[in-house]
Amino acid sequence: MRAVLLISALASVLIVLLIFFFTLKEAVPAFREVGVWKMLSGTVWRPGNGEFGILAMITGSGLVTLGAILIGVPLALSTAVFLSEIAPEWIVRIVRPSIELLAGIPSVVYGLFGMVVIVPLVRIIPAPGNAGYGLLSASIVLAVMVLPTIANISEFAIRSVPTGYREGSLALGATRWETISRVMIPAAKPGIISAVVLGLGRALGETIAMIMVIGNSVILPRAITGNPLSIFLSRARTLTGNIAVEISYATGVHESALFATGVVLFILIMLVNSSAGFLLKKGAHR
Amino acid sequence: MRNYIILTATLAALAIPGGCGQQGRGASEADGTGNETTEITVVGSTTVQPLAELFSEAYEAIDPNVRVIISGGGSSVGVKSATEQTADVGMASREIKESEIQSCPEIVIHTIARDGIAVVANPDLGVDGITMEQARGIFAGEITDWSEVGGAPGMITVAAREEGSGTRSAFEDLVMGDVFISETAILQPSNGAIRTTIASTPGSIAFISFGYIDSSTKPIAIDGALPTAENVSAGSYPVVRPLNMVTYGEPTGAVAEWLEFIVGEDGQAIVVAEGYLPI
Repeated sequence: MRAVLLISALASVLIVLLIFFFTLKEAVPAFREVGVWKMLSGTVWRPGNGEFGILAMITGSGLVTLGAILIGVPLALSTAVFLSEIAPEWIVRIVRPSIELLAGIPSVVYGLFGMVVIVPLVRIIPAPGNAGYGLLSASIVLAVMVLPTIANISEFAIRSVPTGYREGSLALGATRWETISRVMIPAAKPGIISAVVLGLGRALGETIAMIMVIGNSVILPRAITGNPLSIFLSRARTLTGNIAVEISYATGVHESALFATGVVLFILIMLVNSSAGFLLKKGAHR
Repeated sequence: MRNYIILTATLAALAIPGGCGQQGRGASEADGTGNETTEITVVGSTTVQPLAELFSEAYEAIDPNVRVIISGGGSSVGVKSATEQTADVGMASREIKESEIQSCPEIVIHTIARDGIAVVANPDLGVDGITMEQARGIFAGEITDWSEVGGAPGMITVAAREEGSGTRSAFEDLVMGDVFISETAILQPSNGAIRTTIASTPGSIAFISFGYIDSSTKPIAIDGALPTAENVSAGSYPVVRPLNMVTYGEPTGAVAEWLEFIVGEDGQAIVVAEGYLPI
């Protein structure tokens, strides 16, 4: 029995390693031909001309994830606090299944919703060149998509804080709000951080919904008005979108460059996950 | 998967010396008895794919001993599969490139239909037609406001297909010439997604295959000719591409018969019924 369990556990490790090494193997010709640094720092992606810079896509993925976290985390955290600390049981029984339902909606449906609802709303913002498709629309859609992940795990983390903490705090004369913000949330912090990191991973990996609303233009996003926040009105392309949009046509170096995009994505997600581990450890030492 | 194909192809190349391809494949003919099924593999353009599926459905009804196995992958993959003989027939929704013919002079091109590429805009747009020159300027991102081409002032939002798409490369050849499509254009990976984008974005313009024109978008006349089958036949609508099937050498046996069926009366009736143009 123990052996069976061990083999199952090792299987997933093996699969991750296999995926990484085969992706890397397919990516090597592009890295060799174009050069790793030139690929990572290049802003021009024109496969027809042999130009394979993916900096625009790295920036796109980074910004859309940042946007989703900025919008999604406050929303998800408030939901978690509400469900675990404030809401009466009957409300929880309505709200929690709805959130879980959100997690079950296929991403192509989110994309469609974004295309016909969010994009026209974002288009209202007056700015030259703003057609609604871009980082802001994508961030909003993505924020909704990561909401269930972050809200569920955060709620669980807050609920797992021993009741004695809350009772102690209230007994010392702290108000309910002080108890939540100074005692419950800090005590649940490691869980909340893992929730956000899981959300980050989901956001970085999201593909089809992003393709549908982000515009997919290979440009380095930049502010389109004097306001630096207008960078979110810029169109962009994500790393995942780059692969999905072009892989069916790609041959030769182009195909290899798409695998290289995958390698970069893989490394980014590994960095995010390990930084979470680091943050958790740091939190535990305190 | 690809490795397997390469491996199989390499092994075959060792066994049978071929031309530019590596493999002497050919349709697996029935031997003698007449009861065995002949398989034809067809790979390539996703624009041609739905047509090919209808052709094979109709053909299999006539000749039940033939099975046509169709898969997508894009025009470039189609041509490559035919030249490397990993498929009996390659599909391409564009002209076969000079470089592709040079790398494999043995390939034979069979044009099975034609497809116009229409410039379409959001239905609320006041502009009805533009010149070829203006179309080039708009898609290159040089003309950015509708007032520059005779419309009411308003921003032009350009949408286009992704790099590698047969529709895009045909549009580039036929309209853009040496000019690049603007890099800030919204890119969508299918005709359908382009149509949704255009229908919902005021002031937007894009190009789609004739087969996808409907009331949700407004066809724009180019040099005075609206994108219609009549104008294509009359020669006044300029943006037309061939839909091709490619074989390695002249086809024989079942493949030849299938291709004959397609260019014949019944096949061309399917082409017309699906909104494409006959040859």
